[in-house]
Amino acid sequence: MKKYDASKKWTGPTRPYDLIKEATVAFVVVALLSIGLAALFSSPDEKAVTLQSWSQAAPADFVQTASGELAGSTISGQYGPPYNTAADGQQLGPIKVAKFMGVRIPINTANDFVIKPLGTLNDPVTNTAIARWNAADAKTQSGWATAYTDALTKASTAVTIADTNDKYGPVPTLVTSLYAMAKSGALDGALTTSDSPLPTNFTKPLLFLADSGSYFPGLADAQHLSGDQWGVMNETGSWPGQSWLWLYSLWYQVDPFKSSGNADILVMSLMGLLSLGFVLIPILPILHRIPERIPIHRIIWRDWYRSERKNS
Amino acid sequence: MSSSSDNSKMWTVRVRKATLEKFEPEDLLPDTQPAYVSSWIYVFGVLTIAAFLMLIVSGLILTLEGPAWWHTSKYGHFINSLHLWNVELFFLFMVVHLWGKFWMAAWRGKRTMTWVTGCVAFFASIFTGFTGYLIQTNFDSQWIATQAKDGFNAVGIGAYFNALNTGQALLIHVSLLPIALGVIVVAHVILVRKKGVVPPIESSL
Repeated sequence: MKKYDASKKWTGPTRPYDLIKEATVAFVVVALLSIGLAALFSSPDEKAVTLQSWSQAAPADFVQTASGELAGSTISGQYGPPYNTAADGQQLGPIKVAKFMGVRIPINTANDFVIKPLGTLNDPVTNTAIARWNAADAKTQSGWATAYTDALTKASTAVTIADTNDKYGPVPTLVTSLYAMAKSGALDGALTTSDSPLPTNFTKPLLFLADSGSYFPGLADAQHLSGDQWGVMNETGSWPGQSWLWLYSLWYQVDPFKSSGNADILVMSLMGLLSLGFVLIPILPILHRIPERIPIHRIIWRDWYRSERKNS
Repeated sequence: MSSSSDNSKMWTVRVRKATLEKFEPEDLLPDTQPAYVSSWIYVFGVLTIAAFLMLIVSGLILTLEGPAWWHTSKYGHFINSLHLWNVELFFLFMVVHLWGKFWMAAWRGKRTMTWVTGCVAFFASIFTGFTGYLIQTNFDSQWIATQAKDGFNAVGIGAYFNALNTGQALLIHVSLLPIALGVIVVAHVILVRKKGVVPPIESSL
């Protein structure tokens, strides 16, 4: 029997159809279903974290991070493009896309997260510390801040370390002032309004928050949002999240991606390639014949095949 | 006065011929379907569009009082819940529709562009959904933004799309992406109507 040419307009048997009726019924069903689900299950709303709430809840973590920002040793300080030139960014073999795109969102963690916000306080003691910091060369600044960060990390729960030999320069004063500023809520305002008095861009406070060594990632871990918990597809609480990102999330759970320093570019590139392959299935050999080889279509069109058999 | 033959060379006339004259009302709003169109799987395409419309309705209500409204208002929180469950249903319907079309090999018979526009709509939806998660202005959006930035930065996109810039994500989510998605969906539906529903594999007439 000759196969029907799928590109030709259908001339075989038809059945009555009302597209507008179908669309109307579908809309009403979806509307009722959504309203029912929203009324029954609501939606999550975990309150946003601020630099104020962080400094109050985990003072030691805050001051260690603040000192790290001065030393340029935090995640943001060591990031590379698009924030700074401290690193080249991730690479795919010899290809360094991030480096090629350059520093488009310049961030100097010491200046942007600590020195400039402290400058808005107009406090004489802090201003003296800022002046001493600014007068020192980069090597001296780094030496002070690195030594103080190490001391704070070693002390674990301390929010300040005594400096009898002036080993840390103005850093203890700067960090203590920033800690007081954060606790009062002024640091949130200073960082969000540093580029515009009416901000919509939260890059600086979020980068600072993301540099947190334990507090911010700890909150995410408790909400099963970490990368090794399939976090990208999860939502806070027990609500469904972006489950459609399951394949993207999967790669971060397995080697070589999970242990690679270039995991993000590897996963993004692989997903880009797979997505392109999915779009191009109609012209890809072997793949476009899978539906003919695995006869799930026999279930979908079972009524039609049955009537064909009956008629033949 | 120019003759009708001159008019036919004008781009406006050519555009008209290339579009409207190719579509008969019967194609766009038919009163019959091929007899093989009788499976529950066919319902998921129209359900996806219905969920998309509901997303626009609930999204538009959410825009009325700003992005932080739903944190402080009981009514706002309900609309946010409605939007969330619309998203979940939208993706559920779309994925079932997509897999259904895959197993039907729905690209057969010069329907490649129908498949391609459907896939592009799926990927555009993922990015639209993602920007929606970025603008929740709560802990979830903070965490997603700080994690997702690494993916975008790694491939250079982060230099132009900054996941930490809530204003940028907000405007893209409520204007650019819904318009782009709407255009792709309309193109997809027109192609479906113009090319017709793909006949069963190995069907004979």
